[in-house]
Amino acid sequence: MAFEYEKYLRMDKIPHLWCPGCGIGVVLKAMLRAIDNMGWDKNDIAFVSGIGCTSRAPGYIDCNTLHTTHGRALTFATGIKMAKPAKHVIIFSGDGDATAIGGNHFIHACRRNIDMTLVVVNNNTYGMTGGQHSPTTPIGYKTSTTSYGNIDPTFDICLLAKAAGASYVARSTVNKGKVLEKYITKGLEHKGFSVIVATANCHTQFGRKNKMGDPISSRKWIETREIPLDKARNMKAAELEDKIITGEFISEEPEQTYWENYNHPIHEYTEAYQGIIEKAQKKSEGENK
Amino acid sequence: MKKTVRFYSGAELVGKAAIDAGCSYFGGYPITPSSEIAEYMSIHLPKHGGTYMQMEDEIAAMGSIIGASLTGAKVLTATSGPGFSLKQENIGYAYMAEVPCVICNVMRGGPSTGLPTALAQADIMQAKWGTHGDHPVIALTPAYLEEIYEMTIKAFNLAETYRMPVMLLLDEVIAHLSAAIELPDKELMVIKNRRKPLVPPEKYYPYDTAYGDVPPMANFFEGYRYHVTGLSHDKTGFPTTDPDLVQADQERQIRKVASKADEIYDYESYLMKDAKIIIFAYGSTARAARVAIDNARKLGIQVGMMRFKVLWPLPEAEILKICSKAKAIIIPEMNMGQLSEVIERYAADRTKIMRINHVGGVPIHPTDILNVIKEVV
Ligand SMILES: Cc1ncc(C[n+]2csc(CCOP(=O)(O)OP(=O)(O)O)c2C)c(N)n1
Ligand code: SF4
Ligand SMILES: [Mg+2]
Repeated sequence: MAFEYEKYLRMDKIPHLWCPGCGIGVVLKAMLRAIDNMGWDKNDIAFVSGIGCTSRAPGYIDCNTLHTTHGRALTFATGIKMAKPAKHVIIFSGDGDATAIGGNHFIHACRRNIDMTLVVVNNNTYGMTGGQHSPTTPIGYKTSTTSYGNIDPTFDICLLAKAAGASYVARSTVNKGKVLEKYITKGLEHKGFSVIVATANCHTQFGRKNKMGDPISSRKWIETREIPLDKARNMKAAELEDKIITGEFISEEPEQTYWENYNHPIHEYTEAYQGIIEKAQKKSEGENK
Repeated sequence: MKKTVRFYSGAELVGKAAIDAGCSYFGGYPITPSSEIAEYMSIHLPKHGGTYMQMEDEIAAMGSIIGASLTGAKVLTATSGPGFSLKQENIGYAYMAEVPCVICNVMRGGPSTGLPTALAQADIMQAKWGTHGDHPVIALTPAYLEEIYEMTIKAFNLAETYRMPVMLLLDEVIAHLSAAIELPDKELMVIKNRRKPLVPPEKYYPYDTAYGDVPPMANFFEGYRYHVTGLSHDKTGFPTTDPDLVQADQERQIRKVASKADEIYDYESYLMKDAKIIIFAYGSTARAARVAIDNARKLGIQVGMMRFKVLWPLPEAEILKICSKAKAIIIPEMNMGQLSEVIERYAADRTKIMRINHVGGVPIHPTDILNVIKEVV
């Protein structure tokens, strides 16, 4: 039976504002199937986003939805989750939103390991503002602000998340909606901060500047660059320059070596804070005796 | 009812009053001279089951309190000059989305890092115009420790009543002052809570003006599943660029405070009955002004003071009346004349405005004010 997306969408808000063939739609669909896998009540879910094409996604979802300021989604989300730890908080962010203007919030959300799920749609550019270069635009590529080719080195969002302390980190692409669904579901199931990166096409902006101005050629570009994590482990840095490494970077099992386990979180934050409340209340009972 | 007298600092009183008002979430980032408020909250909020979050910066602190407020929590952040600047974009978001929150700014000298540990009243205009765009403003300026307690509770009540950010502006000396304080009975304090929808979710609109200029606010996770954005929006909460709707919404937001200004503004009149020379003051400078007035009265000079406990909105009609009667209005401020500029517009040519502006971090002394009073005479 076909999946009933209508169950989770605000159908009166469709048609959406994205360009036909934009990769964000694939990620949204994977997300809706993932929350269906969880069987959660829509009333118990908050979707939070920043600003950008990606960040328009929550407006279409029939949950509690919050479209915030550019880069700051994780801060609003943190307030929601800390005030209501039993509820589910999911964040949508673009590559610019999450790692440029919101980079500080990103690493600190990872470090705290709060039980929330962040989905970053990485289209290697600032889609909404006209395709300027972002922290994930590969070296040499053209954008509306790198007409001579980009010289800014890139972030690997997954490695960044892992190093900063996120406890579930995975990446797939819009060519693999089913894999995205699986990773997002695992992120939602996971107790701790999870980051799922979905490499996506923005053919309208990034694609157009790099001779792949239609969805098919943009997705082909993604396909030919995808390298599974296991294979990438044995490759040289230079060989991986503009590649898209996919797979699970860290999951439930803490890895063994210090380097692989660097900053592996020791607790989930809302649970740890519950411990603070208990300590403070015990102390205050003592004072009132 | 047993009253408890205890030593409190101004900063502790902000925290205590916030918790007594029902605050259950504080998001902050340390900065002198406001950090004592965060420290108080980190100790006492968890005792009440509330949450203290030290975020990675002030932008994050501000975002987090908005998020928490949307779930129904009463929320506070506290900061000073540079942190207040960082918060501004998200403060604008809270105005646009109409999310209740209290922002305490313990003012210090600026611009930039300025005078971190010194007294200033340099942010009264930033409290009004700090974020981009037009919006209503409520800012409170207590001058005494007892007042800090009462006005912090009032700040929460106003934020909840008008569904908006409310500024609590403290002078550094008042925040750091400690004294034995007798607090009012908690049971007798009026505590207000935001109006929640009475209609079922399918009939709910987050910005429905059918209920007046302050629409009822549903909490997240209570079945209403609505949308919140910082984009201009219609009553459903979804973005709109319809000029008429945007115009009407901005006008309503200004009106929700402007039409109730006479319920919001608050001032103390000191020896105003026969006064020919009037001092306009707020915060700690009003305390120096009071001493100056007492000394001037001993010399037989008819001088009085209007002390603004609420700085924004101002009591316009009363100010206009004073402007047309007073021989001169003296405005002592720990800034370069931020209130004076506003009052000069009211005064036009009707009276003379005498400014006293200190920005070096040293308080304005009663003698500085008395000298200007004598100059007018
Ligand atoms: C403070 C601030 N600076 C800049 C902008 C302009 N702006 C809007 S979206 C955006 C970039 C979006 O890029 P990304 O996060 O990658 O999202 P995408 O549109 O690619 O999905 C920028 C710079 C803004 N809205 N706010
Ligand atoms: S500009 Fe790019 S990211 Fe934005 S909707 Fe179009 S294709 Fe998608
Ligand atoms: Mg992008």
